[in-house]
Amino acid sequence: MSVSASTSAATYNSSSNGPPLRDRLAKLVPIFVLVPSIAASFLYVFVFTGWTLYISLSNSTLLPTYGFEGLENYASLWANRRWGIAYTNLFVFSAFYVVCAMAIGLMLALLIDQKIRAESFWRTIFLYPLAVSFIVTGTVWSWLYNPTNGFEFLIRNLGWTDFTFALTTDRKYAIYAIVITGIWQSSGFAMALFLAGLRSVDGDIVKAAQIDGASTFRTYRKVILPSITPIFLAVAVVLLQFSIKTFDLAVALTNSGPGISTTFPATYVYDLMFQRGQIGEGAAASMMILSALAVVLIPYSIYLVWHRRREAGHG
Amino acid sequence: MAEAVYTGTIDREATRANTRYIISRVVIYGLLAIFSLVYIIPLFVVVFNSFRTLPEISQNGLIAFPQSFRLDAWPDAWSTFCIGGNCEGMQKYFWNSVKMVIPATIISTLLGAMNGYILSKWKFPGSEIIFTCMLLGVFMPGQIALLPWAFILGKIGLANSVYGLILVHCIQGISFTTLFCRNYYVSIPDDLVKAARIDGAGFWRIFYKIILPLSPPILIVTVIWQFTGIWNEYLYGVVLNSGTNQPITAALVALSTNGTNVRVYDVMSAAVLIGALPPLLVYFFGGKYFVRGLTQGAIK
Repeated sequence: MSVSASTSAATYNSSSNGPPLRDRLAKLVPIFVLVPSIAASFLYVFVFTGWTLYISLSNSTLLPTYGFEGLENYASLWANRRWGIAYTNLFVFSAFYVVCAMAIGLMLALLIDQKIRAESFWRTIFLYPLAVSFIVTGTVWSWLYNPTNGFEFLIRNLGWTDFTFALTTDRKYAIYAIVITGIWQSSGFAMALFLAGLRSVDGDIVKAAQIDGASTFRTYRKVILPSITPIFLAVAVVLLQFSIKTFDLAVALTNSGPGISTTFPATYVYDLMFQRGQIGEGAAASMMILSALAVVLIPYSIYLVWHRRREAGHG
Repeated sequence: MAEAVYTGTIDREATRANTRYIISRVVIYGLLAIFSLVYIIPLFVVVFNSFRTLPEISQNGLIAFPQSFRLDAWPDAWSTFCIGGNCEGMQKYFWNSVKMVIPATIISTLLGAMNGYILSKWKFPGSEIIFTCMLLGVFMPGQIALLPWAFILGKIGLANSVYGLILVHCIQGISFTTLFCRNYYVSIPDDLVKAARIDGAGFWRIFYKIILPLSPPILIVTVIWQFTGIWNEYLYGVVLNSGTNQPITAALVALSTNGTNVRVYDVMSAAVLIGALPPLLVYFFGGKYFVRGLTQGAIK
C-alpha cells in the first residue's frame, strides 16, 4: 500500500485535494476484478452449504419445502439399515485403501529412487490410471472381475480349473473389488507424492549418513523417511478425502450391488435425492459427508499451521 | 604399489559387492516389471478388445492376445451404438464433453490467474481471509451443492444444458485455479511489481507485461488439471443433465449398466477408449505438468 501511495504522490495533481479520482479508481480495480470470484466462491461454499443444511432440517421429500422439522431426517438416516451398510463400507474401504495405496506407493517410490534407467517410463506407467476417470476404471475392472470372461476365466483356462475369483457377484466380498480397484488407481498418485518428498530431502544429510557407513536400508529408515513424515500425513489425508467422496468408482464398478452391499455414503445421497425423492434425508446424508471431511481436514489444517509456525520459529 | 597380499581380499570384497549390486538390480527391475504389468494390463485389455471380434472374446475371454484385427467396433461405438434408447453412439456425448470442458477450462483458468495475481501482488486488508474462504471450495463434496445447483440452474433456464455444466465447473474450479496461481505468483519477487508501479505501470499493465510472461508453467499445470478434472467428472453430469445432454462419463455408465443387452465388449471397449482418450493424450504429452499439478494440489 505504501508503494501505491508513492505512485500517486508522483502524479500528484496540485489543483485538487488528495490523489486524483483516476488514481483512487485505479486502486479499486483489483477489488472490482476479484468481486465476482469472491461472490461465486461465497455462494458455492457458504450459501450452498447453508442451503443444504436447511433442507436437511426440513420436511422436504420430492421437492424442497421449508417446513422446519429439526433433526428428524438425521434420526431416520441413522436408523436406516442401508446407511449402516454405507458407513461400514466407507470404514472398510478407507482403511484398506489408504494403507495399501500408501504402502504400494511408498514401495514404488523407493524402487524408482534407486537411480534406475528409464525412470520416466516407469513413472508414466504407474501414474497413467490417475489421468483416467473412475468411471472408465470402474467399467473396465467390472469386466475383469466378471467370472465368465475375466480373471477367473483366464486362470481356469491356464489349468487351475476350480479357481474362483467372483468378488463382484458376492455380497460379502464386492467391497474388496472396489478396494482393489481403488488401490490400483491411486497408488501411483501416492508414489508421485512420496517421490517428490524423497527428492526434496537434503542431499548432505544423506551423504553424511553414507560416510558414517550406514547401509542403504538404514539410511532410508533412520534418515530419509523420518524427514518426510509431513508427506506421509499429506498423502494419508488426500487419500482419505478421496475415499470419503467415493462415488464414481462404486457406481461404475458395482452400481452399489449386488443388492445394496456396496452402498457408499455418496451413492446413498444420490439414491435418496434422485431415485427415492427423499431429498431431506439425502441432504442430511450429504451433511454427514461434509462432517466426515471436516473431521479429517480441520485437525490436519491446524497441524499444518502449527508445523509451519514451528518451522518458521526454528528457521 | 602396496603389498600384493591385500589385493586378493580387495578383489574378493569387490566381487561380493558386485554380486550384491547385481542381485539388488535384478530385484528392483523385477518388482518394477511385475507392478507395471499389473498397471498396464487393464489398458491393454481394452485396447485389444476394441480390435477383436465378439465370438473370439467369448471364446478366449477378455484377457487374451488378439487373434484377429478389425476396426469395425470403433465407428460403431462412435456413431451407431445404442445408449439408453439413443442410437447415435458416443459422438453426441463426446461433443457435449468437448463443449463443456473447453470454455470451463479457459474461463476458470483465467479467473484463477487474475485472482492469484490480486491475492499475491495486490493484497488488501482481508485478502488472506478471502483466500482461505475460497480454498474451502477445494474440499467441498459435490453432494452438498447438488440441490442448490439444480434449483439455481432451473431458475436461470440452464437446466439440462451444457451451459449449465460450464457454469458449475467454472465456479467450482475457481478455488483450485486460484490456489494454484496464487501459490505460484507468491514466488515472483514483489520488487519486480514494485519497480513497475514506481514506473507508473498500473494493474493491467503489470499483469500483461510482467506476470503473464512468467506464467506459462503454472497456466499449463492449471489447464491440464482443470481439463482432466472436468472431462472425468461424473456426478454433476448425471444429476444436472439428462438424455443426450449428458457428458461422456454419464454415457459410459449408461452403456455399461445397460443390463438387458448382450454385452458387446468390442464396441464397449472402443466406447470406453473414446471416453478415456482426451485425458490420456493430455497426460502422455503433458506428463511433467500433470504430475506437478498433482503434487502441488495435494501438498499445498
